[in-house]
Amino acid sequence: MESAILKATDFNAFFGKNHILKNINLEIHKNTVWAIMGPSGCGKTTFIRCVNRMHELVPDASVAGSLQLKGEEIYTMNSVVLRRKVGMVFQRPNPFPTMSIYDNVIAGYILNGIKLSKTEKDEIVENSLKQAALWMEVRSTLHKKGTFLSGGQQQRLCIARALAMNPEILLLDEATSALDPISTSLIEELIHELKSEYTILMVTHNMQQAARVSDETAFFYLGELIEANNTKTIFTNPKHKKTQEYITGHFG
Amino acid sequence: MILAESNINREISKERLIEKQIQRRNKKNTLFKGMIIAGTLVTTLPLLLILFYIFKQGISAINWQFLINLPKPVGESGGGISNALTGSILILLVSCIIAIPVGIIVGIYLSEDKKSRLGYYCRLAVDVLQGIPSIVIGIIIYEWVVRPMGGFSALSGSVALALMMLPSIIKSTEETLKLLPESLKEASLALGVPYYKTILRVIVPTGISGITTGIILSIARVIGETAPLLFTAFGNPFMSTNILEPMSSLPLIIFNYATSPYNDWHQLAWGASMLLILMILILNIITKIVQRKWKVQF
Repeated sequence: MESAILKATDFNAFFGKNHILKNINLEIHKNTVWAIMGPSGCGKTTFIRCVNRMHELVPDASVAGSLQLKGEEIYTMNSVVLRRKVGMVFQRPNPFPTMSIYDNVIAGYILNGIKLSKTEKDEIVENSLKQAALWMEVRSTLHKKGTFLSGGQQQRLCIARALAMNPEILLLDEATSALDPISTSLIEELIHELKSEYTILMVTHNMQQAARVSDETAFFYLGELIEANNTKTIFTNPKHKKTQEYITGHFG
Repeated sequence: MILAESNINREISKERLIEKQIQRRNKKNTLFKGMIIAGTLVTTLPLLLILFYIFKQGISAINWQFLINLPKPVGESGGGISNALTGSILILLVSCIIAIPVGIIVGIYLSEDKKSRLGYYCRLAVDVLQGIPSIVIGIIIYEWVVRPMGGFSALSGSVALALMMLPSIIKSTEETLKLLPESLKEASLALGVPYYKTILRVIVPTGISGITTGIILSIARVIGETAPLLFTAFGNPFMSTNILEPMSSLPLIIFNYATSPYNDWHQLAWGASMLLILMILILNIITKIVQRKWKVQF
């Protein structure tokens, strides 16, 4: 077995005195899709926000333990460098409202002041939009504002924006929860295709979605990682009683 | 049979009662609406009358000569206000150079740091500054700038006006940036954009319409300020473009001419008043255009 791309060892996260994540141990391997599920308030969003250190944006948030990206300790890395390696797509589409679709895709380069030639830019924009399955819909309107798109298209634009930076890991924080079923299924198909190039961590409330899209599933409950296993195993033969209860809809 | 009939009768009388109630409510609604409209008219009318009167008095004074000539000595007819117009624009330009960067910086700080002690006192200071009478600001600048510099100057006038512009620039920047969704900042940070670039290249550009609106309105607010200029820019009957020398401005010329005993000069004061109001009107129209054209849609 190759070494994990993301490895949490006795990882804890806090908001002030609130202990949000308790001793999480998890290994995530390259080119797999992980679904993180669990009831509201179980810490699943906090977990993925720790991976790109968005967690620390909240005043008096803190962490303890070890979280490593490719063997490098995330919390001693420069957060700017880390965030370029870990892309994130948020719950609500958030394209930059002042930028065109084109500029939104390469926003990571523009805002960081990375100089690119025109052909390089065109290439990145086209490739990223193709990867995000948005190219056909927007190729003739690339210079319109990103916010003129529909919600589902905006979300795919945000995925393209994250992919343009060539991240090691892509984090999806309930990325489809604000979208209609058609956009959701488009993005789910997308996740399937992106698996060959990226490692994906997705938080989801939707159990069917976890079952449909992911290879591996982690079940969080009250800040603890209850069970992490192959998605099929989790859904057909959960080891833990809590997991079973959640999956069968006894709480959540 | 009889029972059923009385039931029907009761139903009918109930319906009539409801109908009556509805009619009464509708009447009240109409009355209320009428009162609001009447109140609005009563308060707007004096404003319109003021505008109308100034335009009526001023329109005859304004012509090309009025705009490009210097004031004539007492006794000679004609003369213009070119020095005051230039002075006003120059003084305001310098105040903008002072007030806009400072105002935006403080506004960004306050919108970012919502809970700190420094922010609290800063907000308090801004509120108090907004309430300080303009004449008091004039005196303070006289003490702090005019006296150390050894004489009246346009620059000291600009400092006084800049001080008066600051609160509204700070407030509008703070309020505009506070309304931007947190997700916008997160989107930028998650792309590995450093904090300062996130603020300067994502947050501020997204709020630019609100910030600009605040700046223009603050200019419109101080363009007619007279009191602080009396102690600072002082006025100058000649054309001056040196900001270290005394300089004329529209409100100063209005003050001087209107308090003079000469009819000619009164006429010039009306003309200058009208010009001032036109400028304020134009600034307000620009604000509306900025709000519409630069509106950022999420």
